[in-house]
Amino acid sequence: MRWTTGQIAVAALLAAFLLLFLVVPVGQVILVAFSDGAGGVTLVHFQDFFRTSLFRESFYNSFYVAGMSVLFASALALPLAYFTVRFHFRGAILIQTLGVIPLIMPPFVGAVAMQLLFGRNGSLNLLLDQYFGFTIPIMQGLNGVIFVETIHYFPFILLNLSAALANIDRAMEEAAQNMGASGWQLFRRIVFPLALPGYVAGAALVFIKVFDDLGTPLVLNVTNMLAPQAYLRITSIGLTDPIGYVISVIMVAFSLAALWASALALKGKEYATVQRGGGGLAKRRLKPWEQAAAMALIILILIVVLSPHIGVFLLSIGTIWSFSVLPDAYTLKHYIAVFEESTGFIGNTLLYAGLAAAIDVVIGTAIAYLILRTRLVGRQTLDYVATAALAIPGVVLGIGYLRTFYGVELPNGQPLATFWVILVIAYAIRRLPYALRSCVAALHQVHIAMEEAAENLGAGKATTVRRIVVPLMAGGMLAGFVTSFVTAAVELSATLLLVAKNADAPIAYGIYVYMQTAAGRGPGAALGVIAVVLVGAGTYLSHRLIERERYQSSLEANR
Amino acid sequence: MYSRGARLNKLLLALALLVPTLWVPMLQAAELEKKVVIVTSFPKELFQAYAKAFESKHPDTKVEVLNKPTSSGIAYIRETTSNPPDIFWVSAPDAFEVLKAQKLLQKYDTKAKGIPDKIGGYPIHDPDGFYKGFAVSGYGIMYNTRYLGAKKLPVPKEWDDLKKPVYFGHVAISAPSRSGTTHLTIETILQGAGWAKGWADLMEIAGNYATVTERSFGVPDGVNNGQFGIGIVIDFFGFSSKATGFPVEFVYPTLTTLVPANVGMIANAQHPKAASAFIEYLLSPEGQAMLFSPEISRLPVLPSAYDKAPAGMPNPFKDASIGAAVKFDTDVSELRYALVNSMFDRLITFRLKELTSGWQAVHTAEAALKKKPNAKASEQVAQARKLLTTVPVSAQQAADKNFTAIFKKAKKDKPVPQRQAEIEEQWDTAAKQTYAKAKELAESAVKLAK
Repeated sequence: MRWTTGQIAVAALLAAFLLLFLVVPVGQVILVAFSDGAGGVTLVHFQDFFRTSLFRESFYNSFYVAGMSVLFASALALPLAYFTVRFHFRGAILIQTLGVIPLIMPPFVGAVAMQLLFGRNGSLNLLLDQYFGFTIPIMQGLNGVIFVETIHYFPFILLNLSAALANIDRAMEEAAQNMGASGWQLFRRIVFPLALPGYVAGAALVFIKVFDDLGTPLVLNVTNMLAPQAYLRITSIGLTDPIGYVISVIMVAFSLAALWASALALKGKEYATVQRGGGGLAKRRLKPWEQAAAMALIILILIVVLSPHIGVFLLSIGTIWSFSVLPDAYTLKHYIAVFEESTGFIGNTLLYAGLAAAIDVVIGTAIAYLILRTRLVGRQTLDYVATAALAIPGVVLGIGYLRTFYGVELPNGQPLATFWVILVIAYAIRRLPYALRSCVAALHQVHIAMEEAAENLGAGKATTVRRIVVPLMAGGMLAGFVTSFVTAAVELSATLLLVAKNADAPIAYGIYVYMQTAAGRGPGAALGVIAVVLVGAGTYLSHRLIERERYQSSLEANR
Repeated sequence: MYSRGARLNKLLLALALLVPTLWVPMLQAAELEKKVVIVTSFPKELFQAYAKAFESKHPDTKVEVLNKPTSSGIAYIRETTSNPPDIFWVSAPDAFEVLKAQKLLQKYDTKAKGIPDKIGGYPIHDPDGFYKGFAVSGYGIMYNTRYLGAKKLPVPKEWDDLKKPVYFGHVAISAPSRSGTTHLTIETILQGAGWAKGWADLMEIAGNYATVTERSFGVPDGVNNGQFGIGIVIDFFGFSSKATGFPVEFVYPTLTTLVPANVGMIANAQHPKAASAFIEYLLSPEGQAMLFSPEISRLPVLPSAYDKAPAGMPNPFKDASIGAAVKFDTDVSELRYALVNSMFDRLITFRLKELTSGWQAVHTAEAALKKKPNAKASEQVAQARKLLTTVPVSAQQAADKNFTAIFKKAKKDKPVPQRQAEIEEQWDTAAKQTYAKAKELAESAVKLAK
């Protein structure tokens, strides 16, 4: 294949975007890691890092937690994805939607709810103590982090795996069945390997995200991990030593290494299947007892993973909840307070997260196409640079944006950094890796023969992408949109730095403001519930949309 | 797919959101500017009350509040010097010191009268004139009554009570490196008891910590939840939690430390007249009296304001027990500021598991020895105690400018003898070894006492 001017133009645009909104701002901040304080360049801070036992220990802990989280997240996501895609199921979309909700963990309130349910004196432990005389330290130490991370991030695997499973050619399965494969063997030898790009995309995301995650360890006051060490160093008042930025650089490097390893796992194998329109795996009806058993398992999983949200809901309608299994009494006054004071946040959140997710899907698709379909020099770099955003703490990105764009003025004299669009861009950059992985996985499954066929029939490159590639990738793109949208809606750290006006603030800021006082806990939780419901509804609707299109296209194919 | 109408709607929505940002407020010839922009970390109850009161006094001036955590607020001001906000309004004096050192504050002389220079040995206003104290608060002990009742724990009254073995795993504090007000409390204890004894006290109380939180609000939040029973907190957290209805109480220990809450004008403020008016309002008798409202619950710096104090509010200007026990030396505090934070993090926060398990072993051994005395075991326990309460930095070193400079930002012309990272590594290694050794000693003492 040759390089076309169109491809080069797209690549140049993407590179410019990433350079302007990721590399330059972040570079301005983390350069400190290489500076010797007198204008020179040094690596001495990196030596310090590896010489310090606390940091070595933190590195090990982060690695351990990330690995275990992938393991447990897979155990949660596999049955949910498989059952809903493989069998005729009442409310499969609902299960898929509920499966996404854990990603929307409203800041602060989610943590309070988790403590109230699973903490050392949370509902569960109070009950255990009362009836059995013992408690389980679920929310303590590294195990606590693994627990919370698992139920928070397993949807990455669920979404990408579901999209991949739905994309598998039924003919493959039927061929295997004709040769006598069935049940577990069919799954292990045919179905799962074909869905591997989706699984790997999800698992890599979980691993990198957990490795770089800051919120959960901070909430549990676990400081012996890399991300909190970096954060505490960077945000402590008056602390100016460079080690925090050194840790950021190391996290970026390690995340990229993990990504590279995951790409290696898929290398040299073929995942694309040629035939289309079959609508994915054959759906089988379950016998009543099977249906009941599967339902029971799914409900059990959903109860566990949705418990923080149930907790937030209870907080939002409870009066006082302290050292007791349930709140003392119930009230609606928190919702009234929120609707009186804070409705502006809601519209802002939908607008910002929606725009950011749209940007992400467009960029993600473009990068995926460049990586898998062209031989442009440096196309992998785009992938790695975009993914590095996962490991950049929100604070660093926020400071970088202020530093780079505050001096730039809009025509009306307002600094660019205080314009609300900069929040959208910050969200888009921070959530781009999610959409990107989904898009890459989706394109992995589209056989190039489809495009060649279109081109043989006289379609140009642009038409082929628009009429053939994008529709075939739709499932993966939707998964990307949903993850970006959902997580952008609750992003906090960059938000807190970049919000320059109350009227421009999203829900996450509103929750932060409420959660600074004891009296604000109820309204903060109410705002959290509103965020969850809105984002959940958005996800449900987009699932419906894609299901309908898929149904229609399969009808057409079968005609 | 979107219909054309839907797309148009979306565009209109985006435009509608764009328009207000393009609208440039026109300056009026009125005395004050049209708005004043305030960066604050204070809770909504506090800043909203003042914003409302100020706006009703000056109806032509809008108060725009940016609520940010202190560290984000500093970063925001540092990065926005081309068009800075007007007022920085947070508790921690260290935050103001950082801004002052970077020349991001401007001097401001208040017209307010009647505010004394010092309260309990601590200067109310910045002696250099860059920021003003507008309220003070005392540190104390907050506890959850349901929690103490369920676990049958006695009510703690003094700092020393918190050393008792019954409170093992029940106490929480926020890290002084993360909370400027906690830092002041730690520093007051160090100045009150002396360096070595002060650290010994701190380390023994730390033996009972359930956790060291990263946000100062994390402590009252956890006590309200019942995740831990006792928190070392600033008074208004206790008062406002109680006012909200949580089953909590707050007590001032005899040796209370008073910490100020401050306000300052940012260098090159765009709305200096409105900003001055706001600061003056804070310091006026009316603004001072507002501090007493239950959801704010802070202590005024204007002595005459206490005439209208609600029942039960202490008056630090009259009540000698509050804050007066320690003569706070700001020079000493400033010199070792970063050192103390770094030590607390390395010896306590990051090694809490090792430290508390060492203390747990000591508690067990002491209980065993009470039942069955044993001279050798007692000696081992005493040794273990010594290991757990001795810090690797002497009082002499802490007063040595060359040593403390290692923990401050290195000046280009002044090379430091050792890098912070190297020293911290030594502390960390030593802490791990010492705590393990102490645990070993105490465990062997238990065996002897059996």
